[in-house]
Amino acid sequence: MAKKLEKVDVVVVGSGWAGGVVSAEVAKAGYKVVTLERGKPVDRQDYIGVKDELRYTDRYEMMQNLAPETITSRNTLEEEALPVRTRNEMMAGTDLGGGSVHWAGATYRWRPIDFQFRTKTVERYGEKKIPEGMISRDWGITYEEMDPYYDKWEKTAGISGEEDPLGEKRSNPWPNPPMKESPAVKLFKETTKKMGYHPYQVASANLSQSYTNPDGETIAQCMFCSFCTQYGCDFGAKSDPLVTVIPTAVKTGNCEIRTHSLVRRVLHENGKATGVMYVDLRTGLEYIQPADVVVLGAFSFTNNRLLLLSKIGKPYDPVKRTGVIGRNFNGQFNITFLGARGFFEDKKFNLFMGAGALGGALSDFAGDNFDHSDVDFINGGGIEIRQYGHGPIATNKVPRGTKQWGPEFKDKSLHYTNRSLVVWYTPAVMSWWHNYTSLDPTYTDEFGDPLLRITNKYTDHDKAMAKFGIEKCTEIMEKMGADIVDPDEIPEEFDHIYDGGHYAGGVSMGEDPATSAVNNYLQLWDMENLFVVGGSAFPQFGGHHPTATIGALSYRASEGIIKYLKEPKLLTQPKKAAAKA
Amino acid sequence: MAETQDPKKPGSNMSRRNFLKNTGLVAGGLIGGGLFGGLITNQMKKPANNGKKPAATANHDMDARTFFSRTDDFETLSAATERLYPEDKNGPGAIALSVPYFIDRQLAGDWGSNAHEYMKGPFPQNQESAYYENQSKDQNKQGPNADVQTPTPTPRYQTRMNRGEIFREGVKTLQDVANTKHKKKFAELEGEQMDAILTDFEEGKIRMNGIDSIAFFNLLLQTTVEGAYADPVYGGNRDMAGWKMKEYPGPRMGYLGQIEDEEFAVMKQESLRDYQDMWG
Ligand SMILES: Cc1cc2nc3c(=O)[nH]c(=O)nc-3n(C[C@H](O)[C@H](O)[C@H](O)COP(=O)(O)OP(=O)(O)OC[C@H]3O[C@@H](n4cnc5c(N)ncnc54)[C@H](O)[C@@H]3O)c2cc1C
Ligand code: SF4
Repeated sequence: MAKKLEKVDVVVVGSGWAGGVVSAEVAKAGYKVVTLERGKPVDRQDYIGVKDELRYTDRYEMMQNLAPETITSRNTLEEEALPVRTRNEMMAGTDLGGGSVHWAGATYRWRPIDFQFRTKTVERYGEKKIPEGMISRDWGITYEEMDPYYDKWEKTAGISGEEDPLGEKRSNPWPNPPMKESPAVKLFKETTKKMGYHPYQVASANLSQSYTNPDGETIAQCMFCSFCTQYGCDFGAKSDPLVTVIPTAVKTGNCEIRTHSLVRRVLHENGKATGVMYVDLRTGLEYIQPADVVVLGAFSFTNNRLLLLSKIGKPYDPVKRTGVIGRNFNGQFNITFLGARGFFEDKKFNLFMGAGALGGALSDFAGDNFDHSDVDFINGGGIEIRQYGHGPIATNKVPRGTKQWGPEFKDKSLHYTNRSLVVWYTPAVMSWWHNYTSLDPTYTDEFGDPLLRITNKYTDHDKAMAKFGIEKCTEIMEKMGADIVDPDEIPEEFDHIYDGGHYAGGVSMGEDPATSAVNNYLQLWDMENLFVVGGSAFPQFGGHHPTATIGALSYRASEGIIKYLKEPKLLTQPKKAAAKA
Repeated sequence: MAETQDPKKPGSNMSRRNFLKNTGLVAGGLIGGGLFGGLITNQMKKPANNGKKPAATANHDMDARTFFSRTDDFETLSAATERLYPEDKNGPGAIALSVPYFIDRQLAGDWGSNAHEYMKGPFPQNQESAYYENQSKDQNKQGPNADVQTPTPTPRYQTRMNRGEIFREGVKTLQDVANTKHKKKFAELEGEQMDAILTDFEEGKIRMNGIDSIAFFNLLLQTTVEGAYADPVYGGNRDMAGWKMKEYPGPRMGYLGQIEDEEFAVMKQESLRDYQDMWG
């Protein structure tokens, strides 16, 4: 029998940016919080001396152990889904701070068209522009309304950035100046400027100088140590929950963090959440943590799965096209981040030096910054060059057509190690009626609970966008002076590789409970004391990296939770959507 | 090309004290009270290698097998890795880099036994595995973060065998094919004969039990590349010779002072051991 613990005001599941921001804000407001995290407790000292490519990049040291639990994946409704079995195919954070610790730190705000997709598209291009089957929509919040929340998160994280010349109005500049520019980034910027584009330095959570945030947490200056994406930072220089919101939450004295605590159910009675049931993974003992408010900030997959397992909300049925939980699944997979790779004969770059978010970008083909009348897609994405600081195992790229092994491979891969650059497009991903999450009918976790099943396939719209991006990147790479330019190929289909952590939706936000699961405070329409925070709320994916938007939404949700604790009620009134989707 | 030994540049051979001084961590006031402070006093004050750790020497006692029990199997594996990553004018090949021992040790550990992978059935693709395992033959993975991934194909893993078992089966099949085709051991074949067999594996022309030969080939290629370039602590990349060929310096504190340099920086190789010693 599960042991019932003393009730608290708020129980938060997950300790990444989503769970961490909520824990800090609610604890700061004086409420008692318990934060449950399935992984082990870690801090910066755990990341000293870990500059080991094999262990972290190739063996995925910081990623979820899939032996007890994974997801299953298929392309279409007719197929049987198969488990995603290896960490090679699946990146999801675990341990204190979650995936928000091993992230790279590239930071972007999303654009007005992301938040008001339907309204703005119809306004400019007419209803006909939206293809049959696409269920992307407005979020129920505008860019202007998001601005203060973005601003808050950017200040907490101390983001170091340069203004995007084609970006939306911001109430404040980035809190820190941009990172230094490497020659490769400079080449990208100078070339694209000459082409008439508007390049800028990627805004970064690798800090350009040491910085103390409004909560009094100090983040150090980035050393360009190269072991950044998929690693924790040994200098406390990458903004993550471990150096910001978690210590902020703990020092209030109001937040208790329990690690090794895997949440298995949200408990509820008469339409209200009463708490959560979790297992201490060291002892196997079960606990019930009662609370007035339950917050899920456990990344897209767990957020979806816990609602489905706990039988909360109406699950989406793609055949009848009814229900909401699982609807609007979306994410950036192998049809995004395509572009062109260039090989240079007479230039050599220090590519082993770098940082997770060191890079250049341009927004000329992002959002609705260009006219879409003559293209067969809507929205767009950033174009980026990145200099992560490449490890020697990863850096074995050779021109297309080169044999993948033997003397030619060895010679060419050595030759091009520091002579190969890539430019890619990071397009928005729309939502479609046939892409969704549900529980798997066959495969189970270590406790016998069904795994989450993802159904995801590509459309002509995805392919048209990818093709457009590849053409633009190819042109840029040619102008940058590469001797050999290999444009990427467009994949036929989604390959079931969940790489890079950009998977979202399923508990999407909106104004109409018929199509959305949560309102714009991320409060569940069907259970007003349950808030579901994170990328799971995206009705569709914007054309840039997601985490700033997750951070902003987490501040928005925190405000809602505090409002609700003061006056328990539905915080926004549902509206019937004007049009379909 | 410059030999970057300027002490102002943190990537070069420099002490941790200089590193801290030159990167402004001291001047920035973080040492005193900030969070970096506690870290440094706790972790960095100790002298490097205080005598409690054995000195790092080239210890060939570590070149012993703990996974493959049969010499023949190991020789087959060795010969195959050398064909994939041969000795040439650039430097040593897989055997001289100790890649076969690296692979042996990887298979003996939790990666080889798929400790962190979901291995629950059913395995409906096990008999007709070809479709899924053929699916992703692209050289490069795509998607966010793709650029830091090993450039080998990543077939969808749908076999009940773990990696160690796949290797055993694969190495045995290499030998069987050599025997059928040439009545010889794989390791005794001419180079071109080995290449022809490996190509048949790469193209999925060889029938294996429970797994497509492409999947085995991909795994062999991936681990060979890893063995050439992983930190020497894993038993490959002998004497950091893989890194030397690649002009890769090994782990460093950082390149804050060098990141803007136009010139290519040639540096002496340092290992994870050196890096950890620096922290004390
Ligand atoms: C390699 C990599 C690089 C990335 N780089 C970037 C980038 O440059 N820019 C960008 O914008 N984004 C990037 N991302 C994405 C970014 O990491 C995520 O968007 C972000 O971390 C999501 O934050 P979160 O709080 O929602 O989830 P997480 O930070 O993952 O936190 C969720 C937490 O919930 C815990 N949890 C899950 N299930 C349970 C359960 N049942 N019980 C208890 N706890 C549970 C997990 O262990 C985890 O700690 C990257 C991702 C990866 C994988
Ligand atoms: S590159 Fe910078 S932010 Fe990233 S881990 Fe290294 S020091 Fe930290």
